[in-house]
Amino acid sequence: MAALINVPAKAKRGDVIELRALTSHIMETGFRHTVDGKLVPRDIITSFTCRYNGAEIFRADLFPAIAANPYLSFFTVAKESGKFEFEWIGDNGYSSTASASITVE
Amino acid sequence: MSVWRAIAAAALFAAAPALLAGEIPPDGRRSGYSFMGPETRAMQDDDTSNPGMLFVLDGEALWAKKAGSAEKACADCHGDARGSMKGVAARYPAIDKALGRPVTLDQRINLCRSNHQQATPLPYESRDLLALSAFVAHQSRGVAITAGDDPQARPFVEQGRDLFMRREGQLNLACSNCHDDNFDRRLAGAPITQAQPTGYPLYRLEWQTLGSLERRLRSCMSGVRAQAYDYGSPELVALELYLMSRAHGLPMETPAVRP
Repeated sequence: MAALINVPAKAKRGDVIELRALTSHIMETGFRHTVDGKLVPRDIITSFTCRYNGAEIFRADLFPAIAANPYLSFFTVAKESGKFEFEWIGDNGYSSTASASITVE
Repeated sequence: MSVWRAIAAAALFAAAPALLAGEIPPDGRRSGYSFMGPETRAMQDDDTSNPGMLFVLDGEALWAKKAGSAEKACADCHGDARGSMKGVAARYPAIDKALGRPVTLDQRINLCRSNHQQATPLPYESRDLLALSAFVAHQSRGVAITAGDDPQARPFVEQGRDLFMRREGQLNLACSNCHDDNFDRRLAGAPITQAQPTGYPLYRLEWQTLGSLERRLRSCMSGVRAQAYDYGSPELVALELYLMSRAHGLPMETPAVRP
């Protein structure tokens, strides 16, 4: 699924940087019914992880009350040049990844 | 002296409703953006926080994807949308020469699908149709709206204007009662806007998805407890055309974010 990642392309060593990740997902709560009374099964993202050169720096559990197309923003310290890897895992075997590079001077 | 003052005051009171009612002057036109809070504006302004951009990305992929028995993608005829589609959405709904009536951007995409790609038309409000029209309309971001300038469109603009001014539903309200006469006031805490359709298809936080202007019009109609016109009906297209001509000169914002 489409994802929009906002990571600064460059940073100074030791800088606190903001990472933002927006992904496409319906986040169906599992509490709604169709017009003919059938329960719409839950279909949400349950977990989000961000790794910085392989090391996990941020993790979040997501729940049915979170809106569609979840948007997460968090901070880290720029230590070295490399890659941020983002992963979303959800119901029905849902999995999606994205990545972004950073140059640390 | 006081008699004259009383007459002047009476004349002022008599004139007041006439001043309050009526259409918005061209320099008084404001996008729905100007009625929003700073958080929602920030969401629209940054393309990496605007959820509408997710649909634009999907649309970009669909633009290059072959569809139908003609095995043609949009890009095979239209090339790079950045050039070929720039300004197009600002002219829609536009007159289709063969049909002799205005068609919306969604209808144009589906006409292209059935006539040139030999593909089945996409259902209204389906993710793929919204994604394609968002991608096409996004190419016109910043372009001034000129829809309805075509002299052939005039009777349809007039039809749309009549519908906009006509009271309907159990609440017996016309679109103009709110959006011409009472914009900048509040309805149940929410600002009443001028109904300038500058950013469609747009991401509405209430919908948690992208939606078309027709969806917005239909939800206003059920709001005044009227029977909403069907998607693609001539009345909705005429209303859409009138609204776009009413927003003449305002820049396109697709994909906009609205509460």
